[in-house]
Amino acid sequence: MPRWRQRGGNTLKKQLMLGNEAVARGAYEAGCKVVSSYPGTPSTEITEFSAKYSEIKAEWAPNEKVAMEVALGAELAGGRAMTAMKHVGMNVAADPMFTAAYTGVNAGLVICVADDQGMHSSQNEQDSRHYARSAKLPMLEPSDSQECKDFVKKAFAFSEQFDTPFLLRLSTRVSHSQSLVSVEEREERDLRPYKKEIPKNVMMPAMAKGRHVVVEKRMEALAAFSDETDLNAIEYGDKKIGVIAAGIAYQYAKEALGDRASYLKLGMIYPLPERKIRDFAESVEILYVIEELDPVIEEQCRAMGLRVQGKELFSLLGEYTSSAIRKVILGEDGPKACVPDPSVEVPMRPPVMCAGCPHRGTFYTLKKLGLTVTGDIGCYTLGAAAPLSAVDSVVCMGAGVGMAFGMEKAGGDEFARKTVAVIGDSTFIHSGITGLIDIVYNKGTSTVLILDNSITGMTGHQDNPLSGKTITGEPTKQVDLLKLCDAIGVERVRVVNPFHLEELERVLKEEVAAPEPSVVIVQSPCALLKYVKHPGPLKVNPDQCKSCKRCMAIACPAISMGDDKKAVIDFTQCTGCGLCQKLCPFNAIGKEDA
Amino acid sequence: METKNIMIVGVGGQGTLLASRVLGRVLLTEGYDVKISEVHGMSQRGGSVVTYVRYGEKVYSPIIDPGQVDLLLAFEQLEAYRWLPYLKADGRMVVNTQKLSPMPVITGSQKYPAGLPEKLQEACEGVILMDALSLAKEAGNTKTANVVLLGRLAREMEISKEAWVTALREIVAPKFIQVNKKAFALGYQEN
Repeated sequence: MPRWRQRGGNTLKKQLMLGNEAVARGAYEAGCKVVSSYPGTPSTEITEFSAKYSEIKAEWAPNEKVAMEVALGAELAGGRAMTAMKHVGMNVAADPMFTAAYTGVNAGLVICVADDQGMHSSQNEQDSRHYARSAKLPMLEPSDSQECKDFVKKAFAFSEQFDTPFLLRLSTRVSHSQSLVSVEEREERDLRPYKKEIPKNVMMPAMAKGRHVVVEKRMEALAAFSDETDLNAIEYGDKKIGVIAAGIAYQYAKEALGDRASYLKLGMIYPLPERKIRDFAESVEILYVIEELDPVIEEQCRAMGLRVQGKELFSLLGEYTSSAIRKVILGEDGPKACVPDPSVEVPMRPPVMCAGCPHRGTFYTLKKLGLTVTGDIGCYTLGAAAPLSAVDSVVCMGAGVGMAFGMEKAGGDEFARKTVAVIGDSTFIHSGITGLIDIVYNKGTSTVLILDNSITGMTGHQDNPLSGKTITGEPTKQVDLLKLCDAIGVERVRVVNPFHLEELERVLKEEVAAPEPSVVIVQSPCALLKYVKHPGPLKVNPDQCKSCKRCMAIACPAISMGDDKKAVIDFTQCTGCGLCQKLCPFNAIGKEDA
Repeated sequence: METKNIMIVGVGGQGTLLASRVLGRVLLTEGYDVKISEVHGMSQRGGSVVTYVRYGEKVYSPIIDPGQVDLLLAFEQLEAYRWLPYLKADGRMVVNTQKLSPMPVITGSQKYPAGLPEKLQEACEGVILMDALSLAKEAGNTKTANVVLLGRLAREMEISKEAWVTALREIVAPKFIQVNKKAFALGYQEN
């Protein structure tokens, strides 16, 4: 066995950790006291793992803006604080964040933002590095789990040293990859003393003018620091090829080129280390900037007057691969692969609503009624997928409510009578409430469906203000949707079970026809929740099945047409929800043991 | 050593994540540098799911590209065929013969390709087919098909059976350990 391998050795010293888990571990070790976030793939596990440490007060906030503000309050009180969000979550949190650059911090504040190159679970591919520049906040970017932990600890220290929040930029592949991490003990920290400082913390024009001067001075100090810190380091290999890269792109480049290139690995990506970049550029023959998404580093290099190659060779879209980098830079092809028969057409396998999902009945009915549906962000976005294809628009968290009202305003009463907004419980709390207030306040008549499945589903079951439990599972007050709607001024509120198809259809018809605002709370828990007991798989009696395919209309992954042209139910998936059974005119579907 | 690449593919909900956790645990105790990458979120909802596992002396990228996989573990026929171009020309694959229809097949817009096991064998010499679902049933719980497959994968790797069982014990909840140990053994012995 080679020296680098030591059986059992790694488990003693190192753990295999998800990037997000390592971020949480870093916060723990750094003595972080408060973590407040709203879930969002690929950032969610940062806060879930933080909640496992009893020393950290972790919470799910109603949205990213509130989470950011809780973190700001926590650091102002003198405790180290962190918030984590996905790239689009930063749009919601941007308002407090931009001004937090002006106030600076008392105790350290780390703001984690996870981009989703390739849009594995997102509605756009925005590059959060632009936020660092526009908000004038320094940004670090780790490239594996060990760095996730180390960089968070450094970010806390730097945050206090420079009196500014620090951004930590992650990506799907760093957040959701596991690699080895050495763990250390937590360093418990006393609260930093709280001082009332109006010129620093009350951002009205007179004070903010003074603070803007501080921000610009701080940026100069940070730029000098970026040149000093060993987070930005040169690794010399062959000097014919030079690569500037950070985060996951560094790993791809290193995998592709090994020591056939030299690297300037950036751990601090804003502000950039100008002197190091110039020195590196001078020491190599051809200089490449390898960065996914936008040419953020490349453009700054060009502004320094350097000759670099970047986006003329590499895409602005999606994720990179080490094979593609090797092909572009070295002109080498990948290894010989197995070759499938090109005549075989391989059907795609897009994500679908799970078997037993309560949303299925809702979208089946919306489609049946031919309604225009302004949708929202969550599992129920999948209502847009074929064959239900029952969603007309999806933009961002909460957008469906405002957009339904906008359609009514422009299109008039006729539009209102055939349009509904569909929004999940957690998304409604996040930013649907304000849209509903707008409908009532401005005398709209829109119909809003709140799909209440008792959990935040898509991101993997997080509790929320409607679920009655906190992040640690403790019972807490539950928002009463009926009272909330009443308080807003919605007089028509109905509650229905989406598995009761006839009732759901009747209620929807009545509510879209009503010339006043209405809310339909469609209530049934997520089929994947552990406490939900399912009746067990159903079975098709092939003698009674007339191959009418009515049961296919609900787009359930557990039911398909067999080779004998009869419907067949996959017992490994079927929960026995009974939706297909209700649609079968021939009573061909029943309990498995019947 | 050169970095070894293992890929686990299947359908969201089939338990690929547990298999990768056990595999990661084993590789960690064996003293390798390990990187595992998987995607959470929307694609887990019944979509095609992939886990990349890389190990060796020093691993950089957590991602595997086409033509780089030494060992492919497929939880479903169609997924095996979808990811076939990721397998090295001389790579090996363990394939569960279970079939799950994707939505385009359910809606009738496309057909589930016929004769995939034979097609796989034509394209690749190292194909090992197994009915993991039946073996899982034999073990006492159809949900352990993932561990049956892991057992078969284990036979393709130079790591002791004891190390696997230890890792299994560390990852699986105590009340399910017996059925999972049985499932692993059934997979390991299958010819």
